[in-house]
Amino acid sequence: MARGFVTILIERCKGCGFCVEFCPTKVLAMSSAFNSKGYHPPHVVAPEKCSGCDLCGMFCPDFAIFGWKLRNGKAVGGGRES
Amino acid sequence: MIETEDLVEAPPQNPVEPYLRTDRLPHIWCPGCGIGTSLNCFVRALIESKEDLDRLAVVSGIGCSGRVAGYVAFDSFHTTHGRAVPFATGLKLANPALKVVVYSGDGDLFAIGGNHIIHAARRNVDIKVICVNNFLYAMTGGQSGPTTPPSSITTTSPYGGFEPAFNLPHLMDAAGAVYVARWTTFHVRQLTRAMIEILHKPGFCFIEVLSPCPTLYERRNKLGDGLDTMKYYKEKSKIRHGAPTSEVALDKRGEIIVGKFVDRNRPEYLELMRAQHRAQLGDRFVEAPACLCD
Repeated sequence: MARGFVTILIERCKGCGFCVEFCPTKVLAMSSAFNSKGYHPPHVVAPEKCSGCDLCGMFCPDFAIFGWKLRNGKAVGGGRES
Repeated sequence: MIETEDLVEAPPQNPVEPYLRTDRLPHIWCPGCGIGTSLNCFVRALIESKEDLDRLAVVSGIGCSGRVAGYVAFDSFHTTHGRAVPFATGLKLANPALKVVVYSGDGDLFAIGGNHIIHAARRNVDIKVICVNNFLYAMTGGQSGPTTPPSSITTTSPYGGFEPAFNLPHLMDAAGAVYVARWTTFHVRQLTRAMIEILHKPGFCFIEVLSPCPTLYERRNKLGDGLDTMKYYKEKSKIRHGAPTSEVALDKRGEIIVGKFVDRNRPEYLELMRAQHRAQLGDRFVEAPACLCD
């Protein structure tokens, strides 16, 4: 059971790969698909590993990804349980 | 596995988005540039510090990092080249209730604006300076500047630069800043924490943020892309809080000393001015109203 989930705004991504490289549980991988600007956005390959720590959201220079924690199926936003 | 009902209450947007002018996104910064990451940390620091955002002004100069003022949804000021610090000083003195943050680049703050920043640090004006250091003038096409490490190839030094570079924390320490820290865009959590600290600390505070410039610096020096630079930051950074600032100079691909180097207390500019005037003028000195601008 995953403890968190990530949302990716594909059209805003510039494909720098920071989120894929620095995800502590290796949830993400670069996709081979293109967005409309021609960049390769990341996609979720291991959703069950996501802890919702939002480190991807902190690294993203384009505000294109963010993680959130799941608690009993309800989202608690922004990596912080508040 | 994720059950579909788990996803029903997904947050509708990124937590930093309410603080950004999203109609202007995507921003102009290159893929792999670290300025976006530093801005992300700054916005998160503002959220966590619970500052009154109606009493905050972000001042930027010219350059890639100078665009920050255009992307944040607070009162912001995009000033002339190198003059972000004088504009910020004026803002702070005219309205001392404001929290003034200068967010700009190394070329703007230390090349053309070098004189202003050392005097603001000397006076200990209550402004917070965040300097994104990408080692050259990026927006104008990659010319070498005062922070370019020796033997770096830039458009104006095709055979490698030979000028010694500024050691920014040492310069700011010597000029009298009360808080001097250096982090890289890899250290997102530490950087966010440092930004929260300076928002709460009175006096002239300075953070140097090392950032990749994949298009101009890394590409010309054959150092890979933004991600390779982030990996280099991860590998070669050493955290040494309180390290003597004279020992933290940077070179082209050597070790990076990061951390909080200086954290001290000195009387602030307005405080000194009031004390001096009160001592000299006695009853004739009248305190200005707390805010002239409401």
